[in-house]
Amino acid sequence: MAVDTLLERITDYANRPDPYPLYAELRAAGVVRQTDGSYLVGTYSEIVALLHDPRISVDRRNLAAPYRGWVDEDQSVSFILLDDPEHYRLRSLAMRPFGPPHSPGRIDAMRGEIAGITEDLIEALDGRTRIDIVDDFAYPLPVTVICRLLGVPREDEPTFREWSAMIIDSVDIKPGEDPTGRQRAGGQARAEMGRYLVDLAEQRRGHPSDDMLSAFVNDTDPAGRLTREELATTAVLLFVAGHETTVNLITNGVLTLLRHPDQLDRLRHQPDLLPNAVEELLRYEPPVHLRPRTPLANIDVAGTTIPKGASLVLVTASGNRDPKRFRDPERFDPTRRDNQHLGFGSGVHICYGAPLARIEAQIALGALIPRLGTATLVQDPPPYRHNAMLRGPRHLPIEL
Amino acid sequence: MPGDLRQGRIVIVGASLAGLRAAETLREEGFTGSLTVVGDEPYPPYDRPPLSKQVLLGKVAADATGLPMRRDPDAQWRLGVRATGLDPVGKRVLLADGQSLPYDRLLVATGTRARPWPDPREAALEGVFTLRTCDDAGCLAERLAAGPRRVLVIGGGFTGSEIASVCRERGLEVTVAERGAAPLVGALGGTLSKFAASVQRAHGVDLRCGVTVTALRGNGRFTGAELSDGSRVDADVCVVAMGAVRNVEWLADSGLAASSQGIACDAGCRAFDRYGIVTDDVFVAGDVARFPHPLFDYQMLSLEHWGNAVAQAEVAAHNMVSSGPLRRPHLAVPVFWSSQFGLNIKSVGVPTFSDEVVIAQGSLSDGRLVAVYGYRGRITAAVTINMAKWLEYYQGLIETAAPFPPGPGAADGRPLVAEFSVPSNVPDPKGLFHGPTVALTGHLPDYRLAVGRPAG
Amino acid sequence: MRIVVDLTRCQGYAQCVFLAPEVFELHGEEALLYNPAVPDDQLERVRQAAAACPVQAIVVGEEVTVSAR
Repeated sequence: MAVDTLLERITDYANRPDPYPLYAELRAAGVVRQTDGSYLVGTYSEIVALLHDPRISVDRRNLAAPYRGWVDEDQSVSFILLDDPEHYRLRSLAMRPFGPPHSPGRIDAMRGEIAGITEDLIEALDGRTRIDIVDDFAYPLPVTVICRLLGVPREDEPTFREWSAMIIDSVDIKPGEDPTGRQRAGGQARAEMGRYLVDLAEQRRGHPSDDMLSAFVNDTDPAGRLTREELATTAVLLFVAGHETTVNLITNGVLTLLRHPDQLDRLRHQPDLLPNAVEELLRYEPPVHLRPRTPLANIDVAGTTIPKGASLVLVTASGNRDPKRFRDPERFDPTRRDNQHLGFGSGVHICYGAPLARIEAQIALGALIPRLGTATLVQDPPPYRHNAMLRGPRHLPIEL
Repeated sequence: MPGDLRQGRIVIVGASLAGLRAAETLREEGFTGSLTVVGDEPYPPYDRPPLSKQVLLGKVAADATGLPMRRDPDAQWRLGVRATGLDPVGKRVLLADGQSLPYDRLLVATGTRARPWPDPREAALEGVFTLRTCDDAGCLAERLAAGPRRVLVIGGGFTGSEIASVCRERGLEVTVAERGAAPLVGALGGTLSKFAASVQRAHGVDLRCGVTVTALRGNGRFTGAELSDGSRVDADVCVVAMGAVRNVEWLADSGLAASSQGIACDAGCRAFDRYGIVTDDVFVAGDVARFPHPLFDYQMLSLEHWGNAVAQAEVAAHNMVSSGPLRRPHLAVPVFWSSQFGLNIKSVGVPTFSDEVVIAQGSLSDGRLVAVYGYRGRITAAVTINMAKWLEYYQGLIETAAPFPPGPGAADGRPLVAEFSVPSNVPDPKGLFHGPTVALTGHLPDYRLAVGRPAG
Repeated sequence: MRIVVDLTRCQGYAQCVFLAPEVFELHGEEALLYNPAVPDDQLERVRQAAAACPVQAIVVGEEVTVSAR
């Protein structure tokens, strides 16, 4: 098949269960212009170079007109879609109540709480012989955690779940399809969710509580202030990212371990390997597969010139399987060393929530592994979510 | 592949970072013979960068920076004994305790020591310190913790500036005296040195540039110093941070190309003798080495960089147990870092090998930036301040000798253009108190060749 | 247990600070300081930090011990 249809095939839902042969094809083909005019890069060293290249933008407003799709110029965007120095400013503000240098112990201090939530979820499985890892465990865990961290009432879940679904659908990559409709819907969902989160934050102005929304509005340092709009976009980003990605990491983890019973057995006997195993999962089955970018100048990548303003898709999940970087890359090896995977990206846009995702995955898998002794997959491959960028199973039914 | 390279006797002189990493690598490469590591300090290998930071801040004890082994090199450690000489014909290292160690192959990794204050009587005043060893750091940390009224730091290089930063963080008054125009000028050139000066002053450092210290005063105890501008600094602690001296004296009669600039070696870390003939059984790594680098016109480089010590030790160890075609060159692009006044300063390439500099990303006013250095139209170095994630992009430009200034299109909205480039103003190191941590030491592998005579 | 961070490689992602905040800290926005001698109650956290480092810059091991000659 022609390499210039690779993006179509990678994003084709039929290939969601196993895109990896397509990634191998991509790496062999090099950098090729796709039928929709965009460019795909799937080799490790080129992806790493581009993620550290100051000429590469994440700001969709830098896309040339034919690639831009629908952009609401009036709606402000979160730091994930901004370049430095705005990206740096907003990300640093968002970091103040979350991590170093201002709050270095914040996430570490949540370990006990995360373990408690995990235990409750596992207790609820008692006596059941058939469960859905997604609905019963991998989804409720990070959602409960992000709700506690941000200060969002868990019982509002049906409302924000719908917004969140629209938002991630609006950022997905679907070549050959007019994105206007879903991008408009996403914009609206972002606005509504933003209002909802800002309202929650405003209720805490002057009445600080131990959550991030409260911290954002009660930061006494004038350098720490977000405007109302910035608070809305930032809170939406953290909330959506906080529950649409970790679910994939945990579910992919269970799926991968059940597909590799020898490694599951090994982890059961050597729980010390778990941190390393989570890194290997992030390489082998990362929650995020594609990262869209655009060059601000004509750039040469592996002998191909990518024009300024073109749509550029970095297939980081393919870089993770590049045999030029990883020995035996198709093998899931929890003891792998020198594992500089791209599961969380790299460079200044590296995943903001990575440390939280790591701790959640370690605790979740650590608690689940002893229970998976005789577990079997009911369906392999399981049904996947539609999203090609945030790839993971929609359900993962298993027999205990 | 002759098997004998994997056996025999290897001696490493120098039990710090380079010595340890070389020993580990020798075993990784399959060396099964006897391995002896000689160190003049009585301690197992320890890490020095924390000494001027965590240790002086009082966060970490001076004896707690021991380096982790990546694997046990199964070596005999001869610690607390100095190597005093080398007999290259008899293939023996002579030790201060009168013993000698026979070798088949030798690695010299003796590093540097702090340059002492030139007047020994003044240097001996109580309260006058240098900072190189963990003992130095322990004593100085104790004095800083006791709350001296003022600390005088002589030399505004990286070490001096880091010490000044610690003093301010500890709430201590500090004066920095630098003979050059500004701190760090010898390593980073004019533009960033002005930035460094403004940072120091903003943090309350009493910075005196363009002056020399003419005398240290005190009657047994240090009480202050005279400066060349006629002023006097009253202080009760003085730290002499005037750069490093290479530990080569023990090789004076060895016939090797050892000078105050280091021991000359080829790209494969093999030492030259004084005639410029390469040896095949003596290797060099770390701060004490000077080696040719193709990216910098094959000039001989001496690097006092942590990363260079590791990389060069690994190449040297590999080449010690590999025959001709399997040997590797040491071509790593120099990288170093310093943290001071809350800033993370990283450098790649050789900033002093430059005639122009441009701020490519960020800005001086933001205190976050990337400065790119060029020499005759190609990029030779980059320095980041709190923007380390971009450094590897510029490393790629250096490695490919990309044109200077870098092309347009930085995503942070600041165009990368030539009109802002200014002369990099790299001074002659002779005019500085602080030695640069990269020294370009000329093209000749052994400048003493001109005066060398066969013995007898 | 001893650690050394290869700050030549470190790019300031600070994952180690999140995971083991008693051993690693940021000095300013980006510079990393750490305790090379890891306290026993932090071993597990430091192993997690070393595994998580995006540039694999944290070397974990034992110090050289010199037996009496």
